[in-house]
Formats: sequence, structure tokens, C-alpha cells
Amino acid sequence: MSRIKNCFTALQAKGRKALIPYVTAGDPAPEVTLPLMHDLVAAGADIIELGIPFSDPMADGPVIQLAMERALAHHVSLAQVLDMVRRFREDDDKTPVVLMGYLNPIERMGYARFAEAAASAGVDGVLTVDLPPEEATDVSPVFKAQGLDTIFLLSPTTTKERARLICEQASGYVYYVSLKGVTGSSALNVTEVANRLDMLRTVTDLPIGVGFGIRDGASAAAVAAVADGVVVGSVLVNQIAEHASQPELARKGIAAIIGEMRGAMDR
Amino acid sequence: MSEFSKTDYSAVPDVRGHFGPYGGRFVSETLMEALDDLEKLYRTLSADPAFQAEFDRDLAHYVGRPSPLYLAERLTAKVGGAQIYLKREDLNHTGAHKVNNTVGQALLAKHMGKPRVIAETGAGQHGVATATVAARLGLRCQVYMGADDVKRQSLNVYRMKLLGAEVIPVTSGSRTLKDAMNEAMRDWVTNIDDTFYIIGTVAGPHPYPQLVRDFQCVIGREAREQCLIQAGRLPDALVACVGGGSNAIGLFHPFLNDDSVKMYGVEAGGHGISTGEHAAPLSAGQPGVLHGNRTYLMSDEAGQIIETHSVSAGLDYPGVGPEHSWLKDIGRVEYVDATDEEALTAFRELTRVEGIMPALESSHAVAYAMKLAATMRPDEIVVVNLSGRGDKDIHTVAGIDGISI
Repeated sequence: MSRIKNCFTALQAKGRKALIPYVTAGDPAPEVTLPLMHDLVAAGADIIELGIPFSDPMADGPVIQLAMERALAHHVSLAQVLDMVRRFREDDDKTPVVLMGYLNPIERMGYARFAEAAASAGVDGVLTVDLPPEEATDVSPVFKAQGLDTIFLLSPTTTKERARLICEQASGYVYYVSLKGVTGSSALNVTEVANRLDMLRTVTDLPIGVGFGIRDGASAAAVAAVADGVVVGSVLVNQIAEHASQPELARKGIAAIIGEMRGAMDR
Repeated sequence: MSEFSKTDYSAVPDVRGHFGPYGGRFVSETLMEALDDLEKLYRTLSADPAFQAEFDRDLAHYVGRPSPLYLAERLTAKVGGAQIYLKREDLNHTGAHKVNNTVGQALLAKHMGKPRVIAETGAGQHGVATATVAARLGLRCQVYMGADDVKRQSLNVYRMKLLGAEVIPVTSGSRTLKDAMNEAMRDWVTNIDDTFYIIGTVAGPHPYPQLVRDFQCVIGREAREQCLIQAGRLPDALVACVGGGSNAIGLFHPFLNDDSVKMYGVEAGGHGISTGEHAAPLSAGQPGVLHGNRTYLMSDEAGQIIETHSVSAGLDYPGVGPEHSWLKDIGRVEYVDATDEEALTAFRELTRVEGIMPALESSHAVAYAMKLAATMRPDEIVVVNLSGRGDKDIHTVAGIDGISI
């Protein structure tokens, strides 16, 4: 069984929801990522989404765009991101790691070569933002053959028919984007999210993570009440932006936010 | 030449927007439904004679079509080879071919009932053409433009403001056209309910490469008919510049089945292909995925998009329309390049010899056409797409001459 499936099964047995932080690999510098990943787990994260830096992050707001620019200033490549996961696995064989990014760096490496390298590094799932299921029919089998879960996005504009198509190709979990917009947007409407999740649960048994617009303990807890997982990104990355020259402070700030969310979700 | 006849050009793109391995729809999920809606609407309207009549009426009475096909006799004499004809898209309303497409997409926006349009722009020609149709239809309009381009195209920035559009400088990434397109996509995903995104070239997610091509094909349809009437036969070669590639596709597409007609797409060679400072993905790039489609791109070993260089802002783009990638691979169109210097020389030459000042983008096509015509016989014909007028580039050219105006 995959680490992701194990994780959700164990959480369900305890009546808890998954807390899924996102950080961009190599932000603000390559050496910060590994300790930061361990911090996230220590503070209460269940799954880590690790962003692959890309020069043209079309679906991201300014906070994550700048994170990618900081990482790319150090020329952080996909190969280096895989190496970070490999080193994380030396001390943590349990916490699932999902790579999140855009298709071009993966396509440039080659799908088969990437899938093999990712699996051997200890990556558990891949979420490619600009790869909808219609275009993924060649790619998904290559990933699945290496035991990688393929995680897809669902959005407020996704119809029931499309949701069915997406969930057929998805494994591990699906990621529901809570609002129309880019990462870092605000104005999350939990009632609306709950209604959409009701519809989605009629087409899939996969766990549903919800992201976009989750900023603090209260919003994390509200989403956790209706979803299986809570994805949080920009509010963490903001800490790095504020303390880019003092990564120790950023790590402390991030651990504090994760701790607060964990507490609020488990209350 | 029968090899090309076997290709069914009307079969591309396929239902999912693929031109062979290129094109497609590589966007985040939130945009998928909107693209589906646009595709369905376009399929219905493009088969609707009333819509076509409305489009043709606008092209005739608002854009001023047909644009002339002009035999450049003095340029021909000077080059001393094939006869050079210019398809005068520079004479369109707003001064470039871009307006053919914005008139078409504005009609789509109107049919969809969207009160707001957005666009990306490089040289500002597409931004001006979008602001123009928005003013005419009373639509709110915001145009994203790289902060560096805002500086080098100040005339067009002010034109857009006069037309009532808001120009938003984009400071992320390389601060040029590709970043403007990223920002327009981000806007669209956020405001998808009330906003129509008018993409300026034959790139982006399906159905944009197809519908922009269809709107621009009026260039080639007219040129084909005009050449048959004026010269009594088809041209031997077509030449057009290629940034995203909308003016080139517009000219080429109606001739694809004419096996005797050779086609040349001219990319921006910048300081020279060997220097790496250029904007020629078809000549020196490799396939990848950017801005919603798979196509030839300029990217590094790690898959990061690299910064391009061209003296002309409208060609300064690391990707290209997916249909061009396909036409390159099947060998129907030959893709070549002209450097900054060659383009500037052609700009001066055409201005002095014919009294026609071409856009720096179009000057790349003129530069290659002059080289090509010199190798051809006087009874042969080259048609060059003069895609835009050069007024917007006067500051750039003067700057290169060391003159401040």
C-alpha cells in the first residue's frame, strides 16, 4: 500500500484530518528545504507538498511566484529537488511527499526517467498543475507503473461529468481548489466548499484535500470539518519572504503556524 | 511535390486541439470549463453564416479590408530577382494584422455576454487592437504588458490609454511578453465569470490556436485571389515573420494545398542564432509545454524558459504557435531567421525605396524575402506579409541611430 493511502487510513482510524503544507523546494536557499521538511512533520504535518521551481508559474499568485524566483536564483533543478526528497527519506520513511509543479521541467527530463528517479528517491505522488486528465493519458500510466500516485485538481468550475473523468485517473487523493483564482487568494467560503464536496463524494471514494484561501487555525479547522485534508501554502511561504535572510526565523514562524492549525483541526 | 497533397490540412487540429504532437490544452482545472464553453460556442458560430457575415462586414467597414497586394517594383529592381509583392496588412485600421483577430474575438465575447476583456501584449499592437474593439463595443478592457515593453513602446501604451483601456505593467519574470501572458492567465482564472481573454496569437490552449488562425486566414484568402487576378497565377513563395506566428499562419494556411507554393517563416535571429541571444524556438529550441500548449520552446536543460532577445518586441517570445511546430516537423514550411541587423537594414531599405515604413517585426520578413528573391528568376513571385506599420518603432530606430526624439 502507498504511503499516501496508509496515511489517510491511519488518520481516519483516529478520526483526524490530514494537514498538508506546501513549500517550494530551494526557497529561500537549497540547504533550508531539508530541515524545513522535518520541521513541518514535527509541528504536525501529515503529507508534504514540495513545489518544483518553474520560471513561468501561470497558476500561482505573487507569493509563490517570488518563492520560485528565490529558488531559481540558486538554479534549483528538478534533479536537485529529487535529491532533497532522497535525503529526507534517510530520516523519515513514513511521511508522504508529493511533488507539485508544472509540466515542462518533467517533460524535459523525460517522463520515464523522471518517474523512475522520483520513485527511487521516495516521492509518493505527483501533482502537475498544467496537466489536466485529457492530456495525461500517456503520462499517468508511466507514473503509476513506478507506484507514484497521480493527484489531480478539481475546481469550483468542474462539472460532475468532468469530476468523474478526473477521479478515474486520480489516485492517492484529489485536490479541490476552493475558489476561482491563483494561489494566495483570500475569501474562502466554507459553506460553498461543503456543497461542492457533497457532489464530489458522489463520484469518488478518494480522500479530498482542500486548498486555496486557508490562512490560520480557524480556516483550517473549518475546512477540516468538511474535507479529508487541508492544504496550506502561501501563508507559510510568506514567512520565508519576510525572513528570507534569516531562514531560522522563517522556520520558527512556519512551525508555529502549522502547530496552530494542527491544534485547531484536532480540537 | 505530391508528398504534401497527402496531408489533410483541414483535419488539424483534431477535436482536442492537437496538431500532431503539438497544441492541446495544458492549463489548470479552473480554466477547463471556460475553454470547453468557448470551443462549443466557436464551433456553433463558425458554422453559422450570420456570424460569418457579421465578421466579414466588420472586416470590410471597420478594418478596411481587403488590404492591397502591392507589387514593390523599385525593391524588386534593386534586389534583381523574383517579383516582390507586399500584402499590406499595415494599412488595416490600427496599423497591423492584429485587428483581424480582435474583431473576431470581440464578436465571440459579445455573443457570450462578457462585459470585460483582457489581453496580453508585447509590441503593443495587439493591445491597441484589443483596446480598439473594446472601445467600439463598450467593453471594459485591461491589457497586461511587460514592464520593459511598456518602456520601449510608450506610443502604443498611450494609444491604449486614450482608447479607454487600462495598461497593467508586469514586473514578474523577464518583464516581457511571456510574463504578460502569465499574468493575463492569472487574471482570467480569477475573473472567469465576467471576462473574455482575447489572446493575440495562434498560441495558448485549444481552441485559441484554431480560432485565431481562422480569423487571420482572411490575409491568405485575399492574397491568393489577388495574386491570381493581378499576376495571373499563384506565387512561388510566401514569406512572413514568426513570433507567436499569427500573421504567418494567416497568410500560409489558405495556400497549404497549393504544393507549388513554398513557404518561409522568419524567426527573430536577434544577435545571431550562434550567440544564444535570439527568439527563434523553431530554429534553435525543442518541444515543451508553456502557456497551455505543447510546442517548440526556448528552454534550458532543466526545463526553465529562457529569456529571449529581439530588437522587435512583438517577436520577443520564447514559444510559437503549435501549428507552426507541426508544419516544421512535416516539412511543409521552412523556418529561417533574420538578425536584428538584417531587419534594421530591411526597415531602412523598404522605407527609402518604396516609401513604406514596415514594423520591425515585418522587417524580418522583408529581410529574408530580399535574400530569397535574389536567388530566384524574374518571372517568379514572392509574396511578403507586411504585417504592420513601423510608426511605433521610430523611437527604437532613432535610439539605435543615437538620436533622441
